[in-house]
Amino acid sequence: MISEFFINDTFFIQRLDPRLRIVFATAYSFAVALFAHLQTLITALLISCMMLVMAGVNFRVLAKRLLAFNSLVLLLWLVLPITFSGEALYYIGPFTITREGVLFSAQITLKSNAIMLAFIALIATTPVSVIGHALEKLFIPQKIVHILLLTYRYVFVIEQEYQRLIRAIKTRGFIPKTNIHTYKTYAYLMGMIFIRSVDRAQRVYQAMICRGFEGKFHSMDLFALKRQDYICLPFMTTTIIGLEVLEWIVTI
Amino acid sequence: MDRHNIIIQLEHIEFSYPNGRSVLKDLDFKLKSAQKIGLIGHNGSGKSTFLQIMVGLIKASSGTIRIFGEPVKNEKDFRKVRKEIGLVFQNADDQLFSPTVLEDVSFGLLNQGKSAEEARNISLKLFEDLDLKGFEDRVTYKLSGGEKRLVALATVLVMEPKVLLLDEPFSGLDEATRERIIQILSHLNISYIIVSHEYDSLAQTTTDICSMKNGRITFDGDSSALHSHFHKHPGGIIQHKHNR
Repeated sequence: MISEFFINDTFFIQRLDPRLRIVFATAYSFAVALFAHLQTLITALLISCMMLVMAGVNFRVLAKRLLAFNSLVLLLWLVLPITFSGEALYYIGPFTITREGVLFSAQITLKSNAIMLAFIALIATTPVSVIGHALEKLFIPQKIVHILLLTYRYVFVIEQEYQRLIRAIKTRGFIPKTNIHTYKTYAYLMGMIFIRSVDRAQRVYQAMICRGFEGKFHSMDLFALKRQDYICLPFMTTTIIGLEVLEWIVTI
Repeated sequence: MDRHNIIIQLEHIEFSYPNGRSVLKDLDFKLKSAQKIGLIGHNGSGKSTFLQIMVGLIKASSGTIRIFGEPVKNEKDFRKVRKEIGLVFQNADDQLFSPTVLEDVSFGLLNQGKSAEEARNISLKLFEDLDLKGFEDRVTYKLSGGEKRLVALATVLVMEPKVLLLDEPFSGLDEATRERIIQILSHLNISYIIVSHEYDSLAQTTTDICSMKNGRITFDGDSSALHSHFHKHPGGIIQHKHNR
């Protein structure tokens, strides 16, 4: 199940205009992704952590997410240091760990975590419906926004349908094994879910037509920049410029 | 004089599925103003098809449809019709597609060209009337089955249709929610057609009973006679109470 764990708008960041948050998160991610120096990246990671605190994120849930995410990063640590060419640091059996490999892995770890944390603080704290409408206001094509919103709405219904089917086959004594019967059953299951999804899409569309839908969605949310947004804007800009300056100073 | 009172008139409607099975055969039907019809019939007898044909979701193979005396033929005509006739789907999940309840209820109003502000106010007013206060920010997929059904009804009622078509509005509901839907329907002063198998609920919400058999609709008498009528159906075997 997808859940919106992080939403709690008593916290400062969560009261900011979602458009502002999306724009800042995107600009910040691009900036961080392009930095090369560890000093800048560590600073960025600290800034991201600060944003998390301001967003009032539930740390237990956060830890779980980070664990899942960093297990992917761990894979890089297993591969990159021994496959990168460069100055040798250690020798483990037939493998050579290179300085460049370790640095590169560290860079990726810092970058990805900094971006991830910033996104959790700024975006994961916003309900998907609000993100959708904010994207619409930011001139993202309507079609893409509606795919996002409708997917989000029906992914649960499809999951329920899947669970129902799974229960139905389990109650009839199905135990997955490595054989044709199992593969066939799963293939039928997938096929059935696709067919039902198509049917449902048709019915949803019909229901929309019945309520006068003519291809255009009208948004309900009225976004307006408030004082706190105007106060935050210079801070956000300064953060990105500051990081860029830091990166530049470290380079020379 | 009777002619002016007829809201929906179907004549010689024929419809077959793509596989050739004929569902509606030379169907004639009339809905008069202030008439509240309960439609019963076996599964697969074409009741849902009949509802969908009236709002143009399915095209009849032949026959004529008149709504408020005007013949409706193509998609353009039906678009106008759909503003007057609200269809409540059997499965509320098909009806509720927006993230929040308020957005879903406002959807039809926005399509009617109302401003976001107006749509919000009208919707909130309706929530109050339907005793759904506080539902506006609820997330549609997290509602219970009964709540979904009530909200789905609200999404259509908010558009103030002149006729309401309801496909199995009582099925699978608990007693309390069923009672609420019955209350809402019996307080409406518009015509409607309810497709249902629940004779007790129909007796409380409709004035006339029709049944669908062999692709045609026959008038079975008024709902107060439902009692004597429905024991001819297998449903009469099951023990039940009558409120009338």
